[in-house]
Amino acid sequence: MSTLSKSPWILHYDASSCNGCDIEVLACLSPLYDVERFGIINTGNPKHADVLVITGGVNEQNREVIKNLYHQMPDPKVVVAVGICASSGGVFRECYNIVGGIDCLIPVDVYVPGCAARPESIIDGIVKALSILEEKKEKMALPVRVASGGEQ
Amino acid sequence: MILLENALLFIILAPFIGGLVAGIDRKLTARMQGRVGPPLLQPFYDVGKLLQKEQIVVTPSQHFYILSYLVFIVVSGALFFAGGDLLLVIFAFTLAHIFLVLGAYSSYSPYSFIGAERELIQIIAYEPMIILSAVGMYLVTKSFFVWEIMGSSLPLILYLPGVFLGFLMVLTIKLRKSPFDLSTSHHAHQEIVKGVTTEFSGPMLARVEIAHWYENVFLLGFIYLFFAWSPPVAILAIIIVYLLEILVDNTFSRATWKFTLKSSWIIAGMMGLVNLGVLYYLSAVVPV
Repeated sequence: MSTLSKSPWILHYDASSCNGCDIEVLACLSPLYDVERFGIINTGNPKHADVLVITGGVNEQNREVIKNLYHQMPDPKVVVAVGICASSGGVFRECYNIVGGIDCLIPVDVYVPGCAARPESIIDGIVKALSILEEKKEKMALPVRVASGGEQ
Repeated sequence: MILLENALLFIILAPFIGGLVAGIDRKLTARMQGRVGPPLLQPFYDVGKLLQKEQIVVTPSQHFYILSYLVFIVVSGALFFAGGDLLLVIFAFTLAHIFLVLGAYSSYSPYSFIGAERELIQIIAYEPMIILSAVGMYLVTKSFFVWEIMGSSLPLILYLPGVFLGFLMVLTIKLRKSPFDLSTSHHAHQEIVKGVTTEFSGPMLARVEIAHWYENVFLLGFIYLFFAWSPPVAILAIIIVYLLEILVDNTFSRATWKFTLKSSWIIAGMMGLVNLGVLYYLSAVVPV
């Protein structure tokens, strides 16, 4: 295990979630669950993040935002879809404004089911994502990417 | 006399000490918040990870600025520990931070811009007090050279209590701790995305982090000067000061930039200048 999986920094994005899963994601940071034990930090900056945690499904409003956030994150990166809406669209799947789960837009590595997902299962999902992060690192051809303004 | 081996020791050892101090800091912070906290070596894991990440280059000039930031922080610290001229040390130290600001300005990002502006405000806020500290040490020891100040048998803290308190105030700014963590912050705190470091990713951010470790060791070394007549007292003072900083960090919320600027200048004026004035007056009456 390299230092990569010992220090996963998380970017949490609320796609179109009802806020139920978001509360549970933030509960993981509280003293009860304290994810900083695993070196996990909730960053607000995609350029510092390793794990993209998304709650809620994709709609027309946040489509570009999700893509943008994903592309701004430096490789290796993993995506964790938290909650059933992020995994498949959930009960909103057939809605006129919902495109579907996060995986219809960007590749998702771990699905955490639940409505709302429990903090234990979110932590479990993120820890699972770390081994995928290591795998991705091994496959990665490095390193410099020159960011262009129009990259989408 | 200039001790090159001390400078070499600083260059080699400071990242380890700085990283360890950061680890203890995070652990203690977590305990104060009722959490278990990360492993002690977490800062090293973080930097190790950052070095493995892809580097996203926003503007090629970033490389140059961030490398200069690191180099000048190391140069100022090495000069300090070698026993060089305190004024030159402070000059190199300020220059290093100007490079950090330029690095943040070089990317066309509004978050980075605000961070850079706030970093500049912080420099304006702490700079007078740091220079006053050097002047105070000169007034007592009649030398700007660190090796002469170190060798002085006078208990500097008794001559410069006000300057010391003022220095503690700006130390909070320099260590990027609440309430003065305006431009960027430690731990999981966010500040307008991530302030001055927003546009640095991967290895570049690792360099900023390592520079910050060097900087912290240098600043703790600066505290040592006030107590240089007795090394055990000095080390105890450094430990107490750092614990106090962690306590303050966890007690206060973030201040506005106006409050930061005003309060640091008022404290620098009240504590620093009055202390120096008294000292100047006394030295005219009773020669030190």
